[in-house]
Amino acid sequence: MTVEFGHFALVLALALSIVQVATGFVAARGADQRLFQVTGNVTLATFAAVTISFGALMNAHLGSDFSVINVFENSHTKIPMLFKISGVWGNHEGSMLLWAFILTLFSAFVVMFGANLPARLKSNVLAVQGMIASAFLLFILATSNPFARLPDAPMEGRDLNPVLQDFGLAIHPPLLYLGYVGFSVAFSFAMAALIDGRIDAAWARWVRPWTLAAWMFLTAGIAMGSYWAYYELGWGGWWFWDPVENASFMPWLTGTALLHSAVVMEKRGALKIWTVMLAIITFSFSLLGTFLVRSGVLTSVHSFASDPSRGLFILVILCLFVGGAFTLFALRAGQIETGGLFHPISREGALVYNNLFLTTSAATVLIGTLYPLLLEALTGQKISVGAPFFNLTFGPLMIPLLMAIPFGPLLAWKRGDLYAAGQRLMWAFGLALIAALAMIYVSTGAPVLAAIGIGLAVWVIAGSFVDLLGKAGFGKNAFSVAFARLAGLPRSVFGTFFGHFGMGITAMGIIAVTVFGTETVLTMKPGDKVDVAGYQLAFDGLKPFTGPNFTEERGTFQLADKDGHPVSTLVSSKRQYVARGMPTTEAGIDTHWMSQVYVSLGDKSNDGSTVVRIWWKPLVTLIWFGAVFMVVGAITSLTDRRLRVGAPKAARRQSSELASA
Amino acid sequence: MTRKQKRLAVIGSGLAILAAAAGLVLFALRQEIVFFRTPSDLVDQPIAAGTRLRLGGLVEKGSVVRGQGTDVTFVVTDTIKTVKVSYTGILPDLFREEQGVVAEGAMTPGGSFVADTVLAKHDENYMPKEVADSLKEKGVWQGK
Repeated sequence: MTVEFGHFALVLALALSIVQVATGFVAARGADQRLFQVTGNVTLATFAAVTISFGALMNAHLGSDFSVINVFENSHTKIPMLFKISGVWGNHEGSMLLWAFILTLFSAFVVMFGANLPARLKSNVLAVQGMIASAFLLFILATSNPFARLPDAPMEGRDLNPVLQDFGLAIHPPLLYLGYVGFSVAFSFAMAALIDGRIDAAWARWVRPWTLAAWMFLTAGIAMGSYWAYYELGWGGWWFWDPVENASFMPWLTGTALLHSAVVMEKRGALKIWTVMLAIITFSFSLLGTFLVRSGVLTSVHSFASDPSRGLFILVILCLFVGGAFTLFALRAGQIETGGLFHPISREGALVYNNLFLTTSAATVLIGTLYPLLLEALTGQKISVGAPFFNLTFGPLMIPLLMAIPFGPLLAWKRGDLYAAGQRLMWAFGLALIAALAMIYVSTGAPVLAAIGIGLAVWVIAGSFVDLLGKAGFGKNAFSVAFARLAGLPRSVFGTFFGHFGMGITAMGIIAVTVFGTETVLTMKPGDKVDVAGYQLAFDGLKPFTGPNFTEERGTFQLADKDGHPVSTLVSSKRQYVARGMPTTEAGIDTHWMSQVYVSLGDKSNDGSTVVRIWWKPLVTLIWFGAVFMVVGAITSLTDRRLRVGAPKAARRQSSELASA
Repeated sequence: MTRKQKRLAVIGSGLAILAAAAGLVLFALRQEIVFFRTPSDLVDQPIAAGTRLRLGGLVEKGSVVRGQGTDVTFVVTDTIKTVKVSYTGILPDLFREEQGVVAEGAMTPGGSFVADTVLAKHDENYMPKEVADSLKEKGVWQGK
């Protein structure tokens, strides 16, 4: 019964979201004041209906109700509770429902936290949110109903795809969707601004924290997905430039640009039109990502099922929203007054520079991702564009961007002094130079590019400290005074610090593992030893083991330092999942000092030995620690009371301003 | 600088970055893309040794031979023509005989294919799309 109820709630949600669009737009025309209230309430009702629907699907999964096709195909009585839950979104239909759930959740947030928003703006925003919601709810109901039943309920399910049975992947989709869909709020605000043809102070105040929140989730989601691919797939790679990864990376790049341009808009009132356009572009990339992943035009772990009607449907949604948004932009952008003059060398100028590189690099990723699809559609030729393409295009674009990061926060608004900023960065530059030279000295024959790369990462990290400590006045004031000032700095300063620091840390990890990582493939018999980056790895042999829903052959390895003292034990296994008959490889990983030894089992050879693949991954964990710092930076910045959405003083000032306007 | 000059400076630098990126993209597209070929394509129109390409088809039954250490050879077929592939390393979990496979590498002057990457499907339902399409084209597709 609950299943049918969930289906009914979903239909109701579609109807309500259409009402939300209508009342929202009518209310914004100002015909009837009561409609403002109605729009808000309908938005909450839409959210409630989607929540009920999502809860019903969750309930069916938790209760292993195999009469529901979705549960039958993606669950099993024997899998752990966590994967029964994550099975809800570990498939096409459920993940689309999660998408709609998060979208309506954000709309509800706009209602709940938006008491101090100008009513017209809020109504327009909710109407646009309602349009997106109705399009996706219609998509789910028409092509991807998660509540379809089977005539005869089977006794046992087909199990969740084994590679998805992992904690990282259980929370990766919700995080990623919170990011993707979170940008819809920025998009709706941009649309509302264009519909009204004007942008006021409340606009930037609102867009910045929403973008920051979405960006934070997207950062966490991408990092989680990357770490999952790294340890779960057993290939030892952390980024494959797979089209699906690119699909999440493009909104991240433009979202990062949006974050920075929104700062300019909030503080200086400049770059208004550009910020609106970035908001549109970012959410368009989110929609494009949804299309690429969900339509089945790409084959990867993410494309659960390909059904041409679904692809076409999402393509239509994509074209309508992106096309509509840009048409509106073309018609109305001219009406928005520009403001805020600035010298090219200034904080604003630096943020424009940042935006130029981020959007250009997003464009190169877009070309690399779509070119094979377009070429195949137009000429039938099949090609693949892989890592070498992106290393050659995306890589060089990142270098000038990383070089500029430390300068940005040191430049003053309006007109900055590049020379003074350079002077303050002297010791950061010195550290970077020392690091680069040390790299050449320590590892003789290290490529020059590696030295430059490490130097660049140190430059970004040290530069973030220069900014923070400089703002606190270390060096100018007594230590205790500077320390007190440091504690009193606005949270957003710490946000910038953690964000840039994290970027440097991630860059450091990427460069270290790319340049100094090693890979060995060899056959080992029990008792064999092999040297890995100064450690000794001994193979103990294989032993069978049975898990809750799989059987496996476990290979045990003893890691010892060069004097033979044991360090740790690594276990890698070849698993066979019973229900699907699907094999997977579980990697054995040992972490110490940010670096990892990574062991992956291969096939058994005829002579009783086993193929083993061993990687040395120096500083690899920094890649994800950097992302953690970026997330911390976003949280810190979000808690800055000047930016707090409901900051009462500012709110009263705004509304009184509006009342008098 | 006047407002107009400043705007020109921003637009100019933007265009310069775009031009640089476009140059990089064009260069990379010429250098770094990899074409997909079926065994029939390769046999009928031989490609110069050393050119990187992706070879896709089915692993021929009984053709997988494990040699010394981590060496392995197998035959990729589209049921019409075949190409022998040699590879050193660990085969993917779902690499099996009579299943779809994509091997990336280059032809040797001797006429065999040396792969440095072998991709198989991600789960039991999935056939690499290029392989499925080419099999459908040749009328030997047996899936749904």
